[in-house]
Amino acid sequence: VRVRILIRPKQGILDPQGQAVEQALQALGFEQARNVHVGRLIELDVDDVRDVPEMCQRLLANPLIEDYEILPGEAGAEARRAA
Amino acid sequence: VRFGVVRFPGSCDEVDALLACRRFGEAQLLWHKERDLAGVDAVVVPGGFSYGDYLRAGAIARFSPLMESVIEFARAGGPVLGICNGFQVLCEAGLLPGALLPNRSLRFVCRQVDLVVENADTAFTCACESGDRLSVPVKHTTGRYHAPGIPDKQIVLRYAPGQNPNGAQDDIAGVCNREGNVVGLMPHPEHAVDPLTGSADGGRLFESVALRVPAVAPVA
Repeated sequence: VRVRILIRPKQGILDPQGQAVEQALQALGFEQARNVHVGRLIELDVDDVRDVPEMCQRLLANPLIEDYEILPGEAGAEARRAA
Repeated sequence: VRFGVVRFPGSCDEVDALLACRRFGEAQLLWHKERDLAGVDAVVVPGGFSYGDYLRAGAIARFSPLMESVIEFARAGGPVLGICNGFQVLCEAGLLPGALLPNRSLRFVCRQVDLVVENADTAFTCACESGDRLSVPVKHTTGRYHAPGIPDKQIVLRYAPGQNPNGAQDDIAGVCNREGNVVGLMPHPEHAVDPLTGSADGGRLFESVALRVPAVAPVA
């Protein structure tokens, strides 16, 4: 089954990439764009979604600086229950 | 002292590290797929872009077969130095506290900086005195050190006031584990071992471990 994992900078950690994108949006005239953060999306196919939280904890995210979220969806719901 | 210098796919400073080590002892390269540390007395994890820096710098290298042996060696008290990407690898491996984030400027920085020795009681700074200044280059994009609550005694090197190149917390340039046998730093001491290239101060780190492990064991 397909699983999608969203990884983003932990709240409170300076995110210069998000700031640069925010400034670029504002320079384009989108002054309403605020609190921009840039993360990454990891997609994978697995047989057993219960392993996904451990994959996140051991490799896909660094808990010191990143939060991960297993995205909604049928497979996602089961993977999140395993967390 | 016999140094082993790790080579991953994507390492690029391993040869300079090897030459720096050879000024103070013997040295050989260790390939990432091996598990055998070949009986070396100290390990250097060099700079570069191991495994392409995919996912996060150091995140994949940390699980290479050789690193499993390096982790075991470090936990048994063996001296291990991580430089730049090697520092990132040691943090990802949990041998050192904290993590490295993209530079505040989002730019690659490459310049000579002054470092201040904060802790001269580690395997790689014992040839220095606390307060010594070392002139060493930095060159990185992901060097903003982040480790909330790190104990002072684990801070080994700081950038001299006003010289923080990346926005690192508390000007931290290098740290150690609680025991002081594992040290990691973003600057490149292996590029500062000859006055011909501007500074030989980086040699003090390699000299330190040579002081701790003075004699080269005869090859059996």
